[in-house]
Amino acid sequence: MAGSNPNAKPMNLTLKVWRQKNRATAGQVVDYNVRDISPDMSFLEMLDVLNEDLLRKGDDPVAFDHDCREGICGSCNLFINGRAHGPESGTTTCQLHMRKFSDGDTIVIEPWRANSFPVNKDLSVDRSAFDRIIQAGGYVSVNTGGAPDGNEIPVPKEIADRAFEAATCIGCGACVAACKNASAMLFVSAKVSQLALLPQGHAERATRVENMVAQMDKEGFGACTNIGSCAAECPVGISLENIATLNREFLAAKASSNNLS
Amino acid sequence: MSMILDSKIPEGPRAEKWEKHKFNVKLVNPANKRKYDVIVVGTGLAGGAAAASLAELGYNVKAFTYHDSPRRAHSIAAQGGINAAKNYQNDGDSVFRLFYDTIKGGDYRAREANVYRLAQVSVNIIDQCVAQGVPFAREYGGLLANRSFGGAQVSRTFYARGQTGQQLLLGAYSALSRQIAYGKVKMYTRSEMLDVVIVDGQARGIITRNLITGEIEKHAAHAVVLATGGYGNVFYLSTNAMYCNATAAWRAHKKGAYFANPCFTQIHPTCIPVSGDYQSKLTLMSESLRNDGRVWVPKTVEMAEKVRQGQIKPQDIAEDDRDYFLERKYPAFGNLVPRDVASRNAKMMCDEGRGVGSTGLAVYLDFADIIKRTGADAVSQKYGNLFDMYAKITDEDPYTQPMRIYPAVHYTMGGLWVDYNLQTTVPGLYATGECNFSDHGANRLGASALMQGLADGYFVIPYTIGDYLAQTPPKPVTTENPAFAQAEADVRGRVQKLMSINGTRTPDDFHKHLGHLMWEYCGMARTAEGLKHAKVEIQKLRKEFWSDLKLSGSNDELNQALEKAGRVADFLELGELMVDDALNRNESCGGHFREEYATEDGEAKRNDDEYAYVAAWQYVGDNQPEILNKEELHFENVKLTQRSYK
Ligand SMILES: Cc1cc2nc3c(=O)[nH]c(=O)nc-3n(C[C@H](O)[C@H](O)[C@H](O)COP(=O)(O)OP(=O)(O)OC[C@H]3O[C@@H](n4cnc5c(N)ncnc54)[C@H](O)[C@@H]3O)c2cc1C
Ligand code: FES
Repeated sequence: MAGSNPNAKPMNLTLKVWRQKNRATAGQVVDYNVRDISPDMSFLEMLDVLNEDLLRKGDDPVAFDHDCREGICGSCNLFINGRAHGPESGTTTCQLHMRKFSDGDTIVIEPWRANSFPVNKDLSVDRSAFDRIIQAGGYVSVNTGGAPDGNEIPVPKEIADRAFEAATCIGCGACVAACKNASAMLFVSAKVSQLALLPQGHAERATRVENMVAQMDKEGFGACTNIGSCAAECPVGISLENIATLNREFLAAKASSNNLS
Repeated sequence: MSMILDSKIPEGPRAEKWEKHKFNVKLVNPANKRKYDVIVVGTGLAGGAAAASLAELGYNVKAFTYHDSPRRAHSIAAQGGINAAKNYQNDGDSVFRLFYDTIKGGDYRAREANVYRLAQVSVNIIDQCVAQGVPFAREYGGLLANRSFGGAQVSRTFYARGQTGQQLLLGAYSALSRQIAYGKVKMYTRSEMLDVVIVDGQARGIITRNLITGEIEKHAAHAVVLATGGYGNVFYLSTNAMYCNATAAWRAHKKGAYFANPCFTQIHPTCIPVSGDYQSKLTLMSESLRNDGRVWVPKTVEMAEKVRQGQIKPQDIAEDDRDYFLERKYPAFGNLVPRDVASRNAKMMCDEGRGVGSTGLAVYLDFADIIKRTGADAVSQKYGNLFDMYAKITDEDPYTQPMRIYPAVHYTMGGLWVDYNLQTTVPGLYATGECNFSDHGANRLGASALMQGLADGYFVIPYTIGDYLAQTPPKPVTTENPAFAQAEADVRGRVQKLMSINGTRTPDDFHKHLGHLMWEYCGMARTAEGLKHAKVEIQKLRKEFWSDLKLSGSNDELNQALEKAGRVADFLELGELMVDDALNRNESCGGHFREEYATEDGEAKRNDDEYAYVAAWQYVGDNQPEILNKEELHFENVKLTQRSYK
């Protein structure tokens, strides 16, 4: 039964899904057919149908990451028909709906491909490299309890809004998956920009950017060659301007006396 | 034998209780703090804040989450905002007013002392988050902006567009990340707690399963904090994230922690309606939309039928043929009545046959007036991301036609019983955030869950856990005690049992079935008869689960169906307790509406003489009736009245 569109016809699709038992084993593409898919289903609901089917037959369901299914937690991460999060721009996999596909389509579903994101199983990858980058400096060093009144330091609305726009990154990793160099610059720059814009982040500005960039390199992410696929595929519209900010911050940090290397 | 519960409320006038208590609690000597290990399970707002703050104090923290990163948790999805009694708007807010609103909104089933403390520390939360770099909305002058939210008559809600939970969680995550980098927090991701270990009557550790390798692990500590969120997913469909579950709380319950008010569940009025059987979750449309959207249905069943058939579009229905039922019935609060009232009324309209959408299970939330008054741009500024999300999911444009909304399960006020110190009935075991029952009574006000989670994590537990630890010798703890081996063997046995049933029905299939029973009989309106029926059905379903479950693969790999099965097994037990609790409470209050107990005009009718208590259930053995323990509630600062929003 369709909700919003009573005329939408169910679809039959062929899926080409990456199956890989674990990190140590080689993977392969396996074909599946799914039938009677409603256009109102989300992409992940379509995979739920496949998985229920597989499980009932005693086969191993396809592992994939997801949680909120609202486009905010950043868990879901499928590479669909050669694009991070699929054909619709500005959309996470969980918010992609089957009405974007047609009856008879073949859909190729792969995990994020990047050396820094090893595969756990099937479509689930390990993105802990992002956490380690944040641990390297993506915070303001303030202990609980010592904060001044929230209104003590006014922040112009325009600055607060720009900081928010950078802070809205959901950490899904689409930027890395979309980049031919598997660079994490957009992710790192979003955090650097947010905290560089806000007065609260100023004290640690120089060390933050240096430490985060150093960790990014250590994790094996590729170099940024300014192509912009990251921003084009970012589901929440993190802007390339952040990368420019990062570069500026980085140069300024290098020039300052308290640089690290 | 039922026990008298000691909630350990400090003596003294309400405004001084917390200050005095902080002075009276024992302190751990700074040099000794590093000798104590604390386990925090859950790194949502409540757990992330607790883990970071405890590590800052010097304790060794081990933090656990089944997520792949502490940057993710259900908390991240909170849209609308967080309350705090800052009174920045000079509109008459105060600690007392926030306290009063919360007690009243909770329909007088919360503990006064806890709620007062919550209102007091609310102001510190905002300061803390701002200092962390949380980009709250601001006015042109650079000061923090506020909005009014969910029935409050003052503007005390702080927000970051429609992504407040995300920004607050990333704030807590950044503080936590800093402590991980310092080595004060050891972070275990994709690690699911499957049992609590009790040694000599005290919580001394947990058993976990590594979700990638399937390894069962033992972890010891001097105290354990559960911050594992709510159990709304017992209903299968809810606004909760897919992985939210009750396992941690339920296992703790079976190890001696009482479970309080399980039947108090909140149904949120503004969610995108169900569109088909395949539906996996429901999406919330933030409550803030009710500030500007008007809720209505067609006046007549005939007209509604025409809309359902697609013969007439809602925007073409004349004003006179519309029933703005909340504005009509509650002229004082209108569209801003509390959640339980708004939800029940939407259900009533649909039951009358005036529901809309192809299923008839929806009402309209209309923005035409505000768009006319302020323009589409202004509306987009305020609600753009929500409108986009709605359009993506439904393929309809809320700028030109009213949204369709319907109530959905959203939040669970019930949870592990805790005293004033947030300690459960098991010494050394604490519960914070949505996982405990403490502050919201029978109904939670909008923007108060984020406040409570962060209050518990940043400002309460760091003090109260110290009181317990100071009375615990700083000797190293190990997993040598036989209680660990026993708990580990139990967990292993259970995993193996699940894997070996080899039946025909999938975990999801059982979950859906249970959810249907819960929604039908223990949802928005409950009757003794329906509840009794549900109880029998749940027992049957549970039996079937243990004899007909289908799994595949093995337990020593990433096996998401196995994870799910364990959680569904626990929901099947918790569901029955919810039904028992609903059956026991012969009154209507907040989110618990028993049709037998209603006023003449269909509003909830409390019974303060007999039910002004917290029902704290005690587990005594599998398939045995639980024992009801009561914490009587005493109201010294507010007068109990029938809530009226007319
Ligand atoms: C869509 C939506 C919008 C909301 N909007 C608002 C709002 O605007 N304002 C407001 O105040 N409230 C809102 N709420 C409510 C609020 O978001 C939640 O109540 C709150 O975030 C819960 O936080 P928590 O830290 O207690 O739990 P959660 O955020 O659920 O975190 C639970 C943590 O525990 C971990 N965990 C659970 N079980 C285990 C286990 N067995 N082993 C290991 N780890 C485990 C999880 O991995 C996670 O880290 C909203 C809720 C929803 C559903
Ligand atoms: S599942 Fe959370 S963003 Fe897709």
